[in-house]
Amino acid sequence: MMSIAETTLVAAPLARKRARSGGRRRAITASLLGLFLIFQALPIYWIVRMSLMTPANVLSRPDFLPVDPSLDNYRTIFSDPSWYMSFVNQITYVCLNTVISLAVALPAAYAFSRYRFIGDKHVFFWLFTNRMAPPAVFLLPFFQLYSAVGLFDTPWAVALAHTLFVVPLAVWILEGFMSGIPREIDETALIDGYSLPRFFVTIFMPLIASGVGVTAFFCFMFSWIELLLARTLTSVDARPIVVTMTRTASSSGLDWGLLAAAGVLTILPGVAVIWFVRNYIAKGFALGRV
Amino acid sequence: MHKLDDNRAWLLIVPVFALVAFNAIIPLMTVVNYSVQDIFGPGQRAFIGVEWFREMLRDPTIQAAFIRQMVFSGLVLAIQIPLGIAIALLLPRSGWKSSLAIILIAIPLLVPFNVVGTIWQVYARPEIGLLGRAINAVGFDYNYTASPVAAWVTLLLMDTWHWTPLVILLAFAGLCSIPQPYYQAARIDGASRYAIFRYIELPKLKGVMTIAVLLRFMDSFMIYTEPFVVTGGGPGSSTTFLSIRLVNMAVGQFDLGPAAAFSLMYFLVILLFSYVFYTILKMNSRA
Repeated sequence: MMSIAETTLVAAPLARKRARSGGRRRAITASLLGLFLIFQALPIYWIVRMSLMTPANVLSRPDFLPVDPSLDNYRTIFSDPSWYMSFVNQITYVCLNTVISLAVALPAAYAFSRYRFIGDKHVFFWLFTNRMAPPAVFLLPFFQLYSAVGLFDTPWAVALAHTLFVVPLAVWILEGFMSGIPREIDETALIDGYSLPRFFVTIFMPLIASGVGVTAFFCFMFSWIELLLARTLTSVDARPIVVTMTRTASSSGLDWGLLAAAGVLTILPGVAVIWFVRNYIAKGFALGRV
Repeated sequence: MHKLDDNRAWLLIVPVFALVAFNAIIPLMTVVNYSVQDIFGPGQRAFIGVEWFREMLRDPTIQAAFIRQMVFSGLVLAIQIPLGIAIALLLPRSGWKSSLAIILIAIPLLVPFNVVGTIWQVYARPEIGLLGRAINAVGFDYNYTASPVAAWVTLLLMDTWHWTPLVILLAFAGLCSIPQPYYQAARIDGASRYAIFRYIELPKLKGVMTIAVLLRFMDSFMIYTEPFVVTGGGPGSSTTFLSIRLVNMAVGQFDLGPAAAFSLMYFLVILLFSYVFYTILKMNSRA
């Protein structure tokens, strides 16, 4: 057996060595992560830089910093209704889509998480197959369908069309969160005389609030970034900014400065949304069922 | 969890069922309808059975696009899944540094597809883009409008930039769900960093990684807008993926019948692959 003194003698260099390698490891970790963050940030910087320049400068100057920076491109966008209204249009249909998706996905996720019923697994799988349908497949049928029901060129058309691939994911994430809540809570509340809707809204929803937040984030995200369906289902009145961007080509070619400024504006709402859910986002899928 | 048997639960899924049925079944039937008819003009059409399907299967441009698509999705998975896990392992698990890193990492996810294309179109240009100039400065002859290899590298870098964050978020969520006592026990046993990863973290990641693989596979297999904006399917047809080919056919040439047949097969392929992935991954996570 070693005496205390001997233990200290052996342990001290070991601990020092471990501390040193721990420090080195932390430095390596930090620098690798830093490199990745730079890789992620540079393209964003590049579009911000472009948005401050004239199109001629964008196409001729390779400088790292913006050349003759000005806010003219943003001024153009905020003084032209066809630009800023399309921004409003996009926010309108994305919010509509998020609300509709949550409204139909919440009860469905509750049913899947709490009950067994005829065809439950099949319906769940069928819902998810719609996440796998390439939007390109549905372009023409969607155009005909929404023209036939008189919703073409309204925010409703895009909001409803986007539910096709947003709702399956919403049901899936919510179901995972709900399954993490023990059923005893439901039973107690029902015995206490709560009706199912009242229990759901006043007791259950607060319990899964973070799940609802994360789901709303993903609904918002997948609807916000989509272009193909949004372009097919709108023409003038409901045109979103992503589509207006594709139609800026003029006789002198693309106005890259203006495009970049519009692009920067499309990134901002996303950043705001991430800010709100930053502490929950990571938990979103951890509880999801597989 | 034990579930109650109750068929009245159907009432709760009626809204979702109605909405998705309206959006999925009616358009799908339209596509099926087109796929078996030859349409000459308004009111002039003939039933031709599976002729379009046969023709599409024989079309060499579609076969080539299919192979390209497979290679692309394969590379996307091979790059993004390991990279996403690696970055998630590097992230601090809590505190403001963690929140800040999550926000920075998640930003590309919220950039609309065509804006991603717009950014990379300029960012990767050899004469004025930061990336293009950097690669050329290192000594490679890089020009994505001239060389297919450069075009592929650009698209893969772009997709990695845009979608690795999703894999990171999922992997990070999985890692956060591991209880601290697991790590303490491992430290007491003197487990190496690798052993901790292999025997504690990796098994916990299997669930979320199944979702990550499925989502990344589906989305990369359906990719349209980003490559279209950057390369337009070129140079030549070296980056013409399935969706680009399909939109050309349906909207550009207005060949409704063939495009519909193509659409259905496209959808079925994704369905089939997703099912196979799902089954394999599920078997793995049980074993």
